[in-house]
Amino acid sequence: MIPTLGRFLILASVLVATTGAFIAYAAGSKRSPEGLRWSQRFAYLFAALMLAATGVMEYALITHDFSVEYVSHVGSTQVPLWVTIVSLWSSLEGSILFWGFILGIYIAATTWINRNDHQEYMPYAIGTWLSVGAFFSFLIAGPANPFLTVANPPLDGPGPNPLLQNHLLMIIHPPMLYLGYVGMTIPFGFAIAALLRGRLGQSFLRPLRASLLLPWVFLTIAIMLGGWWAYEVLGWGGYWAWDPVENASLLPWLTATAALHSAIVMERRGVLKGWTVTLVQASFLLTILGTFMTRSGVFNSVHSFTQSSIGPTILIFLAAVLVFSVVLLSFRIDSLEADGKLDSAVSREGMFLVNNLFFVVLTFTVLVGTCFPLIVEAVKGKQMSVGRPYFDAMVVPVGTALLFLIGVGPALPWGKASKKEILRALLPPLITGAIVMAIGLALGVRNVWTVLTLLFGGYAAHVTMAQMWLPFRQRVKRGDAIGPALVDAQLRRGRRRFGGYIVHAGAVIVFVAIAVSSTMRTQQEVTLTRGQSTTFAGYTVTYTGSEERAEPHRQSTIARFNLSKNGAQVTTMEPRMNQYAAMREPIGTPAVYSTITGDYYISIMNLQGDQAGVLIINMPMVGWIWGSVIMMGIGGLIALIPSRRRAYVVSPVPAEAAGDEVPA
Amino acid sequence: MKETTNEGMPTASAALRRKSRWFMAGALVIAAAAFLVITLGGISKNLVYYWTPTDLHAAGDKAYGATIRLGGMVAPHSVQGRNGASGLEFDVKDATGIVHVKSSGVPPQMFRENIGVVVEGTMTRAGYFQCNRLMVSHNNEYRAPKAGHAIDKKELQKLMRSTEGLKD
Repeated sequence: MIPTLGRFLILASVLVATTGAFIAYAAGSKRSPEGLRWSQRFAYLFAALMLAATGVMEYALITHDFSVEYVSHVGSTQVPLWVTIVSLWSSLEGSILFWGFILGIYIAATTWINRNDHQEYMPYAIGTWLSVGAFFSFLIAGPANPFLTVANPPLDGPGPNPLLQNHLLMIIHPPMLYLGYVGMTIPFGFAIAALLRGRLGQSFLRPLRASLLLPWVFLTIAIMLGGWWAYEVLGWGGYWAWDPVENASLLPWLTATAALHSAIVMERRGVLKGWTVTLVQASFLLTILGTFMTRSGVFNSVHSFTQSSIGPTILIFLAAVLVFSVVLLSFRIDSLEADGKLDSAVSREGMFLVNNLFFVVLTFTVLVGTCFPLIVEAVKGKQMSVGRPYFDAMVVPVGTALLFLIGVGPALPWGKASKKEILRALLPPLITGAIVMAIGLALGVRNVWTVLTLLFGGYAAHVTMAQMWLPFRQRVKRGDAIGPALVDAQLRRGRRRFGGYIVHAGAVIVFVAIAVSSTMRTQQEVTLTRGQSTTFAGYTVTYTGSEERAEPHRQSTIARFNLSKNGAQVTTMEPRMNQYAAMREPIGTPAVYSTITGDYYISIMNLQGDQAGVLIINMPMVGWIWGSVIMMGIGGLIALIPSRRRAYVVSPVPAEAAGDEVPA
Repeated sequence: MKETTNEGMPTASAALRRKSRWFMAGALVIAAAAFLVITLGGISKNLVYYWTPTDLHAAGDKAYGATIRLGGMVAPHSVQGRNGASGLEFDVKDATGIVHVKSSGVPPQMFRENIGVVVEGTMTRAGYFQCNRLMVSHNNEYRAPKAGHAIDKKELQKLMRSTEGLKD
């Protein structure tokens, strides 16, 4: 019953998406308002079918209907309800269904928001989204069908992968990642629409940028959550390993970030239209490439829990989209070009160009490093991977330069900058940078890149803060009351600008925290007998014993460590070993003691009788990464809230700081 | 900013623009080539090889100093210094090769004889493999292998690629 209903809904969605895409493209080329209305209806219908299919699957999961093949693979009556609910995205078939679900929501919401606007672009955009929708419906209906029937349903299933059950972050990380990944379909549709229409007008920039910014926010948070999860669960005390799956999430983020910046130049100067469209297309293509890399099993990685035979299908789709994008771009890029021109390299738009160059270099570096082993294996049949030093050698210098740029671009004026302007903008923040660097040196920072990061970080923080509050200061200087000036300058008129600088402020902290936590980290491996102590990084760790605890879905061994400093008790830390029924090897959960300056991290390597082999890590500033990435997300959301008034309204404040403008 | 559709007449300026575009394209190709040379150079210096003991012996001098993930089975009766704070030694073997491994860290819970392991490190001229990372194969349906029985090669390859247990 349930499998039949699910299969029916999926087949219907394939039909609806395909038909809707044809109608939408036809409506676009005939410029038919009636056709546009019908394609909107098909978009809503597709979303409704996806919603219904996902609802059916959740129902089957919650009622433990093991006649559904997917439920028999990931379901279990032994696991808590939250695990059952999130099982939807714990394995391949369910995660592709979840993908379709999110795509449906995105398509319906964007269609609804723009139902009366941008009539000349919307049919092509809807057509493109529904084409992508048709592909994913096809995946769900065929190669990754979760609704197959099990002839002899088992009484109970194995439950989802234990690594996923091991931490609550797994509830939130995959949805965030999918919201980021799937969301890139929307700006892609807009970009294709602009190319097919052969123009990209000023008014169309708004939906394009907004649709890019929202998934960017989700992807930013998702990448951080992935790192946090690795840190909290895997027990090696790191958050990033240049693992292929991590790289897959980073690649579209890099191009999307570049596109968000070039879109600002496009808005202000009327140039870089073709380039921005190219970056948006690249972001979408990289999400599909990422799906291929993580879902097809070509890479085996800690983050990759699912693998199957959908690889070739996705690869064909990727190739088709790539060819389509490149051909369309080469035929139509001329028609998009320039309403304006660039005046000078030493200007804000010049710095935007450098920023874009850096992001593209990073993208290619990561892309080459990630795909190289695949190509070698395909050609020569030899297995290898690219080590961390390769990525670090490229990313560390470019990243440091980007941090510097955060402090240069916003300080420079648009157009042409005179030498005096440049010096006046760039010199005072250098003093802040020098102070931060001096503090770092006094605290024992010796790594050259970290010292540079502190210098540039202080510098960029100064510029960011000065720019962030500039409209407010101008209004106060003009004689406005402080309260209204604050609301008007930062939250009403200047919201986009304000949000952008919050993102920059968060990014500056992330840069510094990454540099400090990775270069100042110390660790010790030691075996302690019960009652024995060791002193490491200022704390004394005493092993006080262990205890067994039985939970419905796992057996845990909890080790207790007493943490004291200068003889005074600080806290008790309880790293554990979790034994899941489905897995032979226990999975550890490290214990983390966080303070404002950093984390003290204990991970159990093994427990035998009275002895505990542990890994102790002292990692300064690591918690700052999670906090400030969330700050970046909040900044992005602030910038996203549409302003009621068109922000181009001429104001008595100099245009430079009037509001609708985002930092370089 | 005005919106213009490019329906203007293609004149001398258009020709000039085309010429400068070819120049731009050429510059881009050269820059991309230079970038590729740099990155590929960087990659070849930082490769991590996934080898079995047999592969390692076959590689000869190439093994010294290279970063290697060596996958195989812990040979029976070869483990020494199990509880010492520093210094764990054992042999990793496959069907035709055997490599002596020295490790300084605390081994993972499941570590024992006759189990599939992956060790990351490098081969020293002194004839042993210096390991700075030790991982144990954890197949979901893992059964302790019978004596002389080959370990699950697929599972080992999977482990060789995973980053779990990575230490900087």
